[in-house]
Amino acid sequence: MVTTVAPVATVGRRSRAGLVLTIVLVALALIAPLLVYPVFLMKALCFALFACAFNLVAGYGGLLSFGHAAFFGSAGYVTAHAAKVWGFPTELAIVVGVLAGTVLGVVFGWIAIRRQGIYFAMVTLALSQMIYFYALQVPFTHGEDGIQAVPRGHLFGFIDLNQTMTMYYVVLAIFLIGFAIIFRTIHSPFGQVLKAIRENEPRAISLGYRTERYKLVAFILSAALSSLAGSTKSIVFQLASLTDVHWSTSGEVVLMSLIGGLGTVLGPVVGAVVLTTMENYLAQFGSWVTVIQGVIFVLCVLTLRSGIVGAIEDVLRRRSRRKAAPGV
Amino acid sequence: MFGIPIQALFGQLLLGLINGAFYAMLSLGLAVIFGLLGIANFTHGALYMMGAFCAWFLLNLFGIGYWPSLILAPIIVGLFGILLERVFLRWIRNIDHLYGLMLTLGLAQIIEGVFRDQYGSSGKPYAIPAELTGGYNLGFMFLPTYRAWVIVLSMIVCFGTWFLIERTKLGAYLRAATENPVLVQAFGINVPRLVTLTYGFGVALAALAGVMAAPIYQVSPLMGTNILIVVIAVVVIGGMGSILGSIITGFSLGLIEGLTKVFWPEASSTVIFVIMAIVLLVKPSGLFGRAS
Repeated sequence: MVTTVAPVATVGRRSRAGLVLTIVLVALALIAPLLVYPVFLMKALCFALFACAFNLVAGYGGLLSFGHAAFFGSAGYVTAHAAKVWGFPTELAIVVGVLAGTVLGVVFGWIAIRRQGIYFAMVTLALSQMIYFYALQVPFTHGEDGIQAVPRGHLFGFIDLNQTMTMYYVVLAIFLIGFAIIFRTIHSPFGQVLKAIRENEPRAISLGYRTERYKLVAFILSAALSSLAGSTKSIVFQLASLTDVHWSTSGEVVLMSLIGGLGTVLGPVVGAVVLTTMENYLAQFGSWVTVIQGVIFVLCVLTLRSGIVGAIEDVLRRRSRRKAAPGV
Repeated sequence: MFGIPIQALFGQLLLGLINGAFYAMLSLGLAVIFGLLGIANFTHGALYMMGAFCAWFLLNLFGIGYWPSLILAPIIVGLFGILLERVFLRWIRNIDHLYGLMLTLGLAQIIEGVFRDQYGSSGKPYAIPAELTGGYNLGFMFLPTYRAWVIVLSMIVCFGTWFLIERTKLGAYLRAATENPVLVQAFGINVPRLVTLTYGFGVALAALAGVMAAPIYQVSPLMGTNILIVVIAVVVIGGMGSILGSIITGFSLGLIEGLTKVFWPEASSTVIFVIMAIVLLVKPSGLFGRAS
């Protein structure tokens, strides 16, 4: 009896709590630039979107991609080039960047989904390294210097993005749109199938789902949103550099999702904020940043595999179950 | 031939063969570790780097030369690997192997970060041992003695590993434990110890490659990461199941890379990844891999 009642009650309470949480977080994001350095916030938002996009395939699809920097970085390059050299308006430059990253996602996904698990990670890593070497060699990326002094321009011709505050709210809007797309995808029938594939792929196949198609679509969507994050970042920092296509950026986004909680809605956001804050404070220590990242990786895998948000969810779930069934 | 001076062609082929020797030794270690532990050992590159640094320390701190280092460095780094397995990898044996990848990546970041903090990212020279300096003039090319030695030694090591795993009783236990650890344990074989020793062995192979590489590529904290990603592609191409497959793939991809350097230099850094993509499209389980 208890088991039939409890889920309904918790779902109701949870969705109401979710709504409250959303309102609080959005309000917080709106007033945040008054309290914290806005450029830092924009960096955190770009990485948060990137991590959420990554989490869509890694957390919900069970496909741990180790090459997401390829989308993030090359979209950044294309957007920067379009805005600076071709003189595209900002919104068009971002669109072109996202398109480029998405095409890359189609190719990568098409090749990589032939393998699962560790192989998938290794294949995506190797493919993204190819992009890194390409970016290192072709002239338009300007090698080690990167594309510098990218004009921020005017969004839709009249919103001046050189104003830091304006830029912040545009980035926030982009993040919220991207986040909404991911949220909607996760909670759609498509997202349910994706989770089923993660849990038991042979079973999903036996139920008649063409799992490769689902995986490919999820991968492309994830690549597109990662590209959006990368394009936005290159406009914010007016720079596209080799760091963003380097494999360490792929590792960083894995770490962000792991800290926050793989397969949780808010986890990647939390992870991105935690890691960017940490890097901000640790920048002065040089190569120790890498060491500390490594330590966090190790600690998370050994002690906190469900991540911060995952752990909080576990606690809440256990508490609500205890409340629902006081006798047990 | 094709307007390329024959000296340059053979020079690059030799360089390719040397690279191939390191690819083969490293992918062999990765394949052995993956077979038994199910972990894609991302620490492998860092341990290879530690092997090279270990030889450098032995020389500069204790005056111990190349020859003893060839034995000592793999033992020291191998013991370090055993420590890693005991302290960290042991705890994640029964969970999703992707966590193993993240854990070993974290360990690699720690090791490389510490070395980079101590020694910067520039390379440190390591002299070729006196016995192996000089070279032979083969008429069509000049063959430095040390490079010839690296190729011969790596082939011996690769063949020895193949023999150990495919032809000895210990290797039979190891292969059996790969297939079904629970059953092998039921027969009275200490599987956890076998796992530890296997990891140590794979790490020692990486360290040995590091020592051999020290006089060729300079000792640098970053030498591991750069080669690891290529080796990972090599492993995907060969398929991780097969020992002989890793060896053949390693050497031939080194050669292909060398050839590309002659005919289309710009593509030489990416050719292995392109081959990987093509192999995945044609035979997803890898050239020597079993279909999963």
